[in-house]
Amino acid sequence: MDLGLAVREEGGWTVLAVSGEIDIATAPSLREKLHALLADDRRNLVVDLDDVGFLDSTALGVLVGVLKRARTEGGELRIVTTQPRVRKVFEITRLDSAFDLCSTVEDAVRGTRE
Amino acid sequence: MGDRIELDVPARPEYLSLIRAIVTMIASTGSKLPDPRIEDLRLAVTEACANAIDAERRKPEAQRMPIVLRCDLESDLVAVEVHDEAGGFDPDALVPHPPVTKPDRLKFERGLGIPLMRELTDHLEFRREGGGTTVRIEISAHLRTA
Repeated sequence: MDLGLAVREEGGWTVLAVSGEIDIATAPSLREKLHALLADDRRNLVVDLDDVGFLDSTALGVLVGVLKRARTEGGELRIVTTQPRVRKVFEITRLDSAFDLCSTVEDAVRGTRE
Repeated sequence: MGDRIELDVPARPEYLSLIRAIVTMIASTGSKLPDPRIEDLRLAVTEACANAIDAERRKPEAQRMPIVLRCDLESDLVAVEVHDEAGGFDPDALVPHPPVTKPDRLKFERGLGIPLMRELTDHLEFRREGGGTTVRIEISAHLRTA
Protein backbone atom coordinates (compact mmCIF):
# COMPACT_ATOMS: atom_id res chain seq x y z
CA MET A 1 0.00 0.00 0.00
CA ASP A 2 1.32 3.44 -0.90
CA LEU A 3 1.68 6.30 1.54
CA GLY A 4 -0.39 9.43 1.05
CA LEU A 5 1.98 12.43 0.92
CA ALA A 6 0.31 15.85 0.60
CA VAL A 7 2.36 19.07 0.69
CA ARG A 8 1.06 22.52 1.59
CA GLU A 9 2.48 25.80 2.87
CA GLU A 10 1.40 27.28 6.17
CA GLY A 11 2.84 30.28 8.03
CA GLY A 12 6.24 30.01 6.36
CA TRP A 13 6.46 26.26 7.00
CA THR A 14 6.11 23.40 4.55
CA VAL A 15 3.61 20.88 5.89
CA LEU A 16 3.79 17.27 4.71
CA ALA A 17 0.63 15.39 5.68
CA VAL A 18 1.32 11.66 5.68
CA SER A 19 -1.39 8.98 5.60
CA GLY A 20 -1.08 5.21 5.67
CA GLU A 21 1.38 2.85 7.36
CA ILE A 22 5.14 3.55 7.48
CA ASP A 23 7.45 0.52 7.43
CA ILE A 24 10.34 -0.72 5.26
CA ALA A 25 7.99 -1.00 2.30
CA THR A 26 6.83 2.62 2.39
CA ALA A 27 9.59 4.53 4.27
CA PRO A 28 11.68 5.05 1.09
CA SER A 29 8.92 7.19 -0.46
CA LEU A 30 8.73 9.31 2.73
CA ARG A 31 12.52 9.75 2.74
CA GLU A 32 12.53 10.68 -0.95
CA LYS A 33 9.77 13.25 -0.48
CA LEU A 34 11.38 14.94 2.52
CA HIS A 35 14.80 15.08 0.88
CA ALA A 36 13.21 16.55 -2.26
CA LEU A 37 11.62 19.29 -0.13
CA LEU A 38 14.98 20.09 1.51
CA ALA A 39 16.65 20.13 -1.92
CA ASP A 40 13.97 22.62 -2.97
CA ASP A 41 15.13 24.94 -0.15
CA ARG A 42 12.14 24.20 2.04
CA ARG A 43 14.04 23.77 5.28
CA ASN A 44 11.31 24.41 7.85
CA LEU A 45 9.24 21.26 7.77
CA VAL A 46 6.21 20.01 9.65
CA VAL A 47 5.47 16.30 9.25
CA ASP A 48 1.84 15.66 10.13
CA LEU A 49 1.48 12.02 11.25
CA ASP A 50 -2.11 12.27 12.45
CA ASP A 51 -3.39 10.00 9.68
CA VAL A 52 -0.64 7.44 10.14
CA GLY A 53 -2.04 4.21 11.52
CA PHE A 54 1.30 2.53 12.01
CA LEU A 55 4.94 3.57 12.23
CA ASP A 56 8.05 1.48 12.92
CA SER A 57 11.74 2.10 13.60
CA THR A 58 12.47 2.60 9.88
CA ALA A 59 10.16 5.63 9.94
CA LEU A 60 12.00 7.00 12.99
CA GLY A 61 15.29 6.51 11.13
CA VAL A 62 14.00 8.54 8.17
CA LEU A 63 12.78 11.35 10.45
CA VAL A 64 16.07 11.42 12.40
CA GLY A 65 18.01 11.65 9.12
CA VAL A 66 15.84 14.50 7.84
CA LEU A 67 15.95 16.36 11.18
CA LYS A 68 19.74 16.19 11.14
CA ARG A 69 19.96 17.43 7.55
CA ALA A 70 17.39 20.20 8.12
CA ARG A 71 19.29 21.49 11.18
CA THR A 72 22.63 21.34 9.33
CA GLU A 73 21.06 23.58 6.69
CA GLY A 74 19.66 26.01 9.28
CA GLY A 75 16.12 24.61 9.25
CA GLU A 76 13.92 22.56 11.57
CA LEU A 77 11.54 19.62 11.50
CA ARG A 78 8.50 19.36 13.75
CA ILE A 79 6.17 16.42 14.16
CA VAL A 80 2.39 16.54 14.61
CA THR A 81 0.62 13.62 16.18
CA THR A 82 -2.18 13.09 18.66
CA GLN A 83 -2.27 9.33 18.25
CA PRO A 84 -1.15 7.52 21.39
CA ARG A 85 0.22 4.55 19.43
CA VAL A 86 2.45 6.79 17.29
CA ARG A 87 3.48 8.97 20.23
CA LYS A 88 4.41 5.84 22.19
CA VAL A 89 6.99 4.82 19.56
CA PHE A 90 8.75 8.18 19.99
CA GLU A 91 8.53 7.91 23.77
CA ILE A 92 9.93 4.42 24.20
CA THR A 93 12.85 5.18 21.90
CA ARG A 94 13.21 8.46 23.84
CA LEU A 95 13.22 10.35 20.55
CA ASP A 96 10.44 12.53 21.94
CA SER A 97 13.27 14.58 23.41
CA ALA A 98 14.99 15.00 20.03
CA PHE A 99 11.87 16.13 18.14
CA ASP A 100 9.32 18.83 18.77
CA LEU A 101 6.11 16.79 19.05
CA CYS A 102 3.04 18.98 18.58
CA SER A 103 -0.71 18.31 18.76
CA THR A 104 -1.77 20.38 15.79
CA VAL A 105 -0.21 21.85 12.66
CA GLU A 106 -1.07 25.31 14.06
CA ASP A 107 0.97 24.58 17.21
CA ALA A 108 3.87 23.31 15.10
CA VAL A 109 3.89 26.42 12.92
CA ARG A 110 3.65 28.68 16.00
CA GLY A 111 6.36 26.69 17.75
CA THR A 112 4.18 25.66 20.66
CA ARG A 113 5.77 22.50 21.98
CA GLU A 114 3.94 20.34 24.46
CA MET B 1 -1.27 -26.46 25.26
CA GLY B 2 -2.73 -23.58 23.35
CA ASP B 3 -3.22 -23.30 19.63
CA ARG B 4 -0.41 -22.91 17.13
CA ILE B 5 -0.67 -21.21 13.76
CA GLU B 6 2.19 -21.22 11.25
CA LEU B 7 2.60 -19.06 8.18
CA ASP B 8 5.17 -18.94 5.39
CA VAL B 9 5.41 -15.48 3.87
CA PRO B 10 7.55 -14.38 0.91
CA ALA B 11 10.45 -12.23 2.15
CA ARG B 12 9.20 -9.05 0.51
CA PRO B 13 8.50 -5.71 2.25
CA GLU B 14 5.09 -5.33 0.60
CA TYR B 15 3.83 -8.28 2.67
CA LEU B 16 4.53 -6.53 5.99
CA SER B 17 1.13 -4.85 6.18
CA LEU B 18 -0.52 -8.21 5.47
CA ILE B 19 1.57 -9.84 8.23
CA ARG B 20 0.45 -7.12 10.67
CA ALA B 21 -3.19 -7.61 9.75
CA ILE B 22 -2.98 -11.40 10.11
CA VAL B 23 -1.04 -11.37 13.40
CA THR B 24 -3.49 -8.83 14.85
CA MET B 25 -6.43 -11.06 13.90
CA ILE B 26 -4.73 -14.21 15.18
CA ALA B 27 -3.97 -12.58 18.56
CA SER B 28 -7.45 -11.11 18.97
CA THR B 29 -9.10 -14.41 18.00
CA GLY B 30 -6.88 -16.79 19.96
CA SER B 31 -6.01 -14.86 23.11
CA LYS B 32 -7.37 -12.30 25.53
CA LEU B 33 -4.62 -9.73 25.03
CA PRO B 34 -5.94 -6.19 25.55
CA ASP B 35 -5.68 -3.81 22.58
CA PRO B 36 -2.55 -1.93 23.75
CA ARG B 37 -0.68 -5.25 24.01
CA ILE B 38 -1.89 -6.29 20.54
CA GLU B 39 -0.43 -2.97 19.33
CA ASP B 40 2.89 -3.85 20.99
CA LEU B 41 2.79 -7.27 19.32
CA ARG B 42 2.01 -5.73 15.94
CA LEU B 43 5.02 -3.42 16.16
CA ALA B 44 7.44 -6.02 17.57
CA VAL B 45 6.48 -8.57 14.88
CA THR B 46 6.91 -5.93 12.15
CA GLU B 47 10.40 -5.13 13.44
CA ALA B 48 11.38 -8.82 13.56
CA CYS B 49 9.96 -9.50 10.08
CA ALA B 50 11.64 -6.37 8.64
CA ASN B 51 15.00 -7.62 9.93
CA ALA B 52 14.33 -11.10 8.50
CA ILE B 53 13.27 -9.66 5.12
CA ASP B 54 16.36 -7.40 5.03
CA ALA B 55 18.58 -10.41 5.76
CA GLU B 56 16.92 -12.48 3.02
CA ARG B 57 17.21 -9.58 0.57
CA ARG B 58 20.99 -9.59 1.01
CA LYS B 59 21.06 -13.06 -0.61
CA PRO B 60 20.96 -13.62 -4.39
CA GLU B 61 17.33 -13.66 -5.49
CA ALA B 62 17.30 -17.33 -6.48
CA GLN B 63 18.38 -18.36 -2.97
CA ARG B 64 15.82 -16.33 -1.01
CA MET B 65 13.51 -18.29 1.27
CA PRO B 66 10.15 -17.31 2.74
CA ILE B 67 10.15 -16.17 6.34
CA VAL B 68 8.28 -18.42 8.76
CA LEU B 69 5.96 -17.14 11.51
CA ARG B 70 4.87 -19.46 14.30
CA CYS B 71 2.21 -18.08 16.61
CA ASP B 72 1.56 -19.86 19.92
CA LEU B 73 -1.61 -18.74 21.60
CA GLU B 74 -2.57 -18.96 25.26
CA SER B 75 -5.32 -17.00 26.89
CA ASP B 76 -2.93 -14.51 28.52
CA LEU B 77 0.21 -14.91 26.39
CA VAL B 78 1.01 -14.76 22.70
CA ALA B 79 4.43 -15.94 21.48
CA VAL B 80 5.43 -15.30 17.88
CA GLU B 81 8.60 -16.74 16.41
CA VAL B 82 9.98 -15.24 13.20
CA HIS B 83 12.47 -17.43 11.38
CA ASP B 84 14.69 -16.66 8.42
CA GLU B 85 17.22 -18.80 6.57
CA ALA B 86 19.64 -15.97 6.00
CA GLY B 87 22.65 -16.85 8.15
CA GLY B 88 23.30 -15.97 11.75
CA PHE B 89 22.87 -12.73 13.57
CA ASP B 90 24.41 -11.66 16.87
CA PRO B 91 22.25 -9.07 18.62
CA ASP B 92 24.93 -8.65 21.30
CA ALA B 93 27.32 -7.36 18.66
CA LEU B 94 25.17 -4.24 18.21
CA VAL B 95 26.86 -1.03 19.29
CA PRO B 96 24.71 0.62 21.97
CA HIS B 97 23.40 4.04 21.02
CA PRO B 98 24.58 7.12 22.88
CA PRO B 99 21.95 8.69 25.16
CA VAL B 100 19.39 10.81 23.32
CA THR B 101 20.58 13.90 25.13
CA LYS B 102 23.91 13.69 23.25
CA PRO B 103 24.11 15.31 19.80
CA ASP B 104 25.80 12.11 18.57
CA ARG B 105 22.50 10.29 19.04
CA LEU B 106 21.24 11.73 15.77
CA LYS B 107 23.98 9.87 13.91
CA PHE B 108 22.01 6.69 14.47
CA GLU B 109 19.33 6.34 11.83
CA ARG B 110 19.38 2.58 11.86
CA GLY B 111 19.50 -0.03 14.59
CA LEU B 112 16.52 1.43 16.45
CA GLY B 113 14.45 -1.73 15.90
CA ILE B 114 15.98 -4.11 18.45
CA PRO B 115 16.00 -1.64 21.38
CA LEU B 116 12.37 -0.91 20.49
CA MET B 117 11.52 -4.64 20.51
CA ARG B 118 13.16 -5.04 23.93
CA GLU B 119 10.93 -2.30 25.33
CA LEU B 120 7.74 -3.71 23.81
CA THR B 121 8.06 -7.36 24.77
CA ASP B 122 7.87 -9.36 27.99
CA HIS B 123 10.52 -11.68 26.61
CA LEU B 124 12.73 -11.40 23.52
CA GLU B 125 15.14 -14.08 22.41
CA PHE B 126 17.39 -14.58 19.40
CA ARG B 127 18.70 -18.02 18.54
CA ARG B 128 20.40 -19.72 15.63
CA GLU B 129 18.18 -22.30 14.00
CA GLY B 130 18.74 -24.24 10.76
CA GLY B 131 20.53 -21.93 8.34
CA GLY B 132 19.43 -18.69 9.96
CA THR B 133 17.97 -16.88 12.94
CA THR B 134 14.80 -17.25 14.97
CA VAL B 135 13.48 -14.33 16.98
CA ARG B 136 11.00 -15.19 19.74
CA ILE B 137 8.65 -12.46 20.90
CA GLU B 138 6.43 -12.96 23.94
CA ILE B 139 3.68 -10.55 24.86
CA SER B 140 1.51 -11.14 27.91
CA ALA B 141 -1.89 -9.70 28.72
CA HIS B 142 -0.35 -7.62 31.51
CA LEU B 143 -0.07 -3.95 30.68
CA ARG B 144 3.44 -2.56 30.90
CA THR B 145 4.22 0.91 32.05
CA ALA B 146 6.53 2.72 29.66
